Amino acid sequence: MRSSAGRLSLWLLLTPFLLWIVLLVLLPHLQMLRVSFQVRESWDTLDWGLQQYQNFFSESYYWRTFVRTGVMSLFTTFLTLVIAFPIAWYIAKLARGRSKGLLFLACLIPFWASELVRTYGWMILLRESGVFSTWLQALGWADGPVEMLYNDVAVIIGLVYNGLLFMVVPLVTTLEGMDENLVEAGYDLGGGHFTVLREIVVPWAMPGIVSGCIVVFMLTLGSYLTPILMGGKDSAWFTQQIFTQFITRFNWEQGAALGVLLLVLSSFIVWIGLRVTGQSLRKVMG
Amino acid sequence: MIRSVPRSRLFDALYLTYLVAFFVYLALPLLVTAVFAFNDAPFPSLPWKGFTLDWYFADGSGGRTGLFHDDTLLSALWVSAQIAFWVTLCSVALGCANAVLFERLEFRGKELLYLLMLLPLVIPGVILGVSILVFYSGMANDLSRSWGIELDVFRPGMTLVVMGQVTFITTLATLVIASRLRKFDRQLEEAALNLGATPVVAWFTVTLPWLMPSILGAAAMAFLMSFENFNTTVMLTGSDTPLTVALFNRLREGSTPVLNAVALFLMVASALLALLVTRGDTRKS
Repeated sequence: MRSSAGRLSLWLLLTPFLLWIVLLVLLPHLQMLRVSFQVRESWDTLDWGLQQYQNFFSESYYWRTFVRTGVMSLFTTFLTLVIAFPIAWYIAKLARGRSKGLLFLACLIPFWASELVRTYGWMILLRESGVFSTWLQALGWADGPVEMLYNDVAVIIGLVYNGLLFMVVPLVTTLEGMDENLVEAGYDLGGGHFTVLREIVVPWAMPGIVSGCIVVFMLTLGSYLTPILMGGKDSAWFTQQIFTQFITRFNWEQGAALGVLLLVLSSFIVWIGLRVTGQSLRKVMG
Repeated sequence: MIRSVPRSRLFDALYLTYLVAFFVYLALPLLVTAVFAFNDAPFPSLPWKGFTLDWYFADGSGGRTGLFHDDTLLSALWVSAQIAFWVTLCSVALGCANAVLFERLEFRGKELLYLLMLLPLVIPGVILGVSILVFYSGMANDLSRSWGIELDVFRPGMTLVVMGQVTFITTLATLVIASRLRKFDRQLEEAALNLGATPVVAWFTVTLPWLMPSILGAAAMAFLMSFENFNTTVMLTGSDTPLTVALFNRLREGSTPVLNAVALFLMVASALLALLVTRGDTRKS
């Protein structure tokens, strides 16, 4: 009786989970993989082949954008970590009482607005007719309008901005759990700031660092609005090519292949990150 | 650097400067967006031409159409609200079931299924949209070509957008609700059972009220994430355009202060929603 009731409740809860994961995640991705190996001979005949993947490697524009997107995403992730760490440290260890809560809330403010709105805000600030340009002219530091938008620096400013919250929150959470006596002991034993940071603080905060880095990296790699709206002619992003294949060219086979490649890249880098730091996905995300 | 370790004045001053610079960086883009929603000029840039509410209320007669008279944006807002409603409903319901499944039950293969549950977090949003488009829309195309059956639900449109967003928002809802369920004292439930409650009654009178703050929190988060999502949505949207996509199209034509007005409106709405949930949270605990 007891076990059959347990069985029933297991199946009752397992069914919605399986429906969700199979119908919305597994099957669609397997189909995308299948389509990426199909070659369209004419409008209604399909053949199997590696044509789309060959296109990717032979067309330098594809793989250059691919490498660029990967490298810039890694750089953005690293920059976000470096910028966010002192802030997280201050909130977790130095601020007290009300100011602690207020500072933490202040970090959440940008996320009252969507990525589109945030990017739009940066465009108003940085463009030729924008706020910064006007201020520089008013101060007499510039003779004419200054264009600060449409280059890689602008893209990175925007991407870091988008990722900060997802870095600050896990860092604050792990740092709060750290016993300050450990840090004090480190200093008592003669360690300098850098040694204490490297030997005590970073190892302790590692789950938070990895979790923040994974989320920021995924967001950056998959972002579309920020690079397309803030980037210049030469700052193409890989997601943009996927959109082009699907939406303007209706070439689903090529788009699916590019999608698979992006997925392989992101999984590979996340896996490497977990291996190098000795963390598990379950520990850092769950 | 902790409170008990002495610091130099200079270090403190530098640290403070850094903090201030950081929060200016955070606030500035949103601040200028908000301010230019009230600038009496056709283009969101300096110089300041005076205060106006035209970008909200102008009815088009003076060459300006404010947000509340802009039918395209208003209908996009309505589409987004409908999508967000269904996404919230589905992902929170799924999140509850998943949380109980992974926190309370033991079964073979649980570790593997838990990893599968986390999977949508490490798939870029674009890919989630693309894969669902390829699978469902492709299926609709094939059925129509081979047997002449029209499955219009699976054509790009609201249903597909809801499906695409539920894919990853469910994972987030599950994590929020599961972390609260983990802190639940199971003796409370056992006490209810000892006092003669059936498991179902115990669930609804003891466990569910305990989970309520996290369910509300997950719902608010799901609603906001759905409303703000662009990457997954744009791949799956049909003729009924949601707000983010409509704004993006508008922005590509050139920026007008109406965009600022919408942005400010959204910021205030999400801040209110966040406030409402945190208020309810503190009252409960």
